[in-house]
Amino acid sequence: MKLIQNKSKLLFCTLLFSVAVSILNSCTSVKEYQKNKLNDAEMTLSARKIEKTELNFQSYREGSSGANGGKTGGGCGCN
Amino acid sequence: MKKICLSVVGMYLSLLSALSQTTPNTDSSYKRRKLKFEEANIVSSYYKQDGNHAAVTGGIGSQALTDLSNSIDVKLTRYDKFNRKHSYSLEVGIDHYTSASSDKIDPKTLSSASHADTRIYPSFNWTMENEKKGTTIGAGLYASTEFDYKSFGGNINFSRKTKDRNGEFSARLQAYLDQVSLIYPAELRTGVNQGEHDYATTARNSFSGTLSWSQVINKNLQLMLEGEVVYQSGYLGLPFNRVYFNDNSVHVEKLPSSRLKVPVSLRANYFLGDRYIIRAWYRYYKDDWNIQSNTLQLETSVKITPFLSVTPFYRFYQQTAAEYFAPYEMHTGADNYYTSNYDLSKFNSSFYGIGFRMAPPKGVFNIQHVNALEIRYGHYQKNINMNANIISLHLKFK
Repeated sequence: MKLIQNKSKLLFCTLLFSVAVSILNSCTSVKEYQKNKLNDAEMTLSARKIEKTELNFQSYREGSSGANGGKTGGGCGCN
Repeated sequence: MKKICLSVVGMYLSLLSALSQTTPNTDSSYKRRKLKFEEANIVSSYYKQDGNHAAVTGGIGSQALTDLSNSIDVKLTRYDKFNRKHSYSLEVGIDHYTSASSDKIDPKTLSSASHADTRIYPSFNWTMENEKKGTTIGAGLYASTEFDYKSFGGNINFSRKTKDRNGEFSARLQAYLDQVSLIYPAELRTGVNQGEHDYATTARNSFSGTLSWSQVINKNLQLMLEGEVVYQSGYLGLPFNRVYFNDNSVHVEKLPSSRLKVPVSLRANYFLGDRYIIRAWYRYYKDDWNIQSNTLQLETSVKITPFLSVTPFYRFYQQTAAEYFAPYEMHTGADNYYTSNYDLSKFNSSFYGIGFRMAPPKGVFNIQHVNALEIRYGHYQKNINMNANIISLHLKFK
């Protein structure tokens, strides 16, 4: 059972790595004047302001947090 | 509550008066050095939850809680004599919450002081960007205070863009030094901690390092890979969380004094055609308390007009239980660490809802300084009988 789990994990990682490599290979150099869509306010790569409280309650109500542009300490969330 | 409403109205009025006093300056060289108002944001949220696994009462009992949250931030910029852009951001947040379970810390009282509290959290951030080199350095300070918890934090950060400005590497170090007041359940209080407002405190520290890489793939697609290592030490449980053992004895939650967390995430944003923006986010998380989790969030913004969009979203979350968790009356005297906090149990959750955003060129409702208005509603549901609703409002001033 453990062997099957390890094999599927390996397969998943290989697949993920292949997708990442093929995406990075398709990178094209985009000039500043071609970035009108990338610069759209809703294309921002960080967490957006309106998600602030959502990120807070999720970090308090769930066992995991971080890597989402939100804070990872401070404040109790004791209740 | 009245005080909070008045504070928010006060902050809003002072912001409007600051905006109305802006006068154009014709001297361009002088203007570049002068501190310039960049933007201000007001974010308000109302959160309401319910469930029947309160940690204060040992994993049983009402989790009813409401939280009214308001924050305002103001961003100012100026250029120095070396043409570097300095950004200053000052933020103040005020939360007011009520909690049914906190009211059970001392069940002898009909409604104790702990049933409601207010949290105030100011922060200040500074960044200095060298647009020519594509580098940015920054630092920030943070504080948070509520009745039983004080937190002070700081961060430093650095980022560098690639030559073609299509990739960016960022690094951030953060530290939070917190103090937890040792408020024990009424029946477990002994000696020193019996006073109403005179509680001993103990430390909880969090240190984190974050590395991220963002990359423009083409005119429509950009990605960000982010990895973080968080180390926490000190008192990581909560003194008022009860744990009932299988012999019916009651204890205070006990957790290890350190925790190492490693989350890694990938974000991808894709502009499809001229009307659709697809945002996807995935995170894998693991810590040394044996919690592993996977989170996947998908959002699609549909631009009804170039200035009005609707965004339905869905987030799925799944976690394994911390090795120290057991439900009500399931722990035994042989356990070194114990908690019945269901936030550390095994569960799945779904979070879904919809958002509206308008950013007309002449300003929202033709008020020129109100640059954007966004409203978002979400429903959160755990498969362990806990649910919550949240509605948020964001106003952006420019």
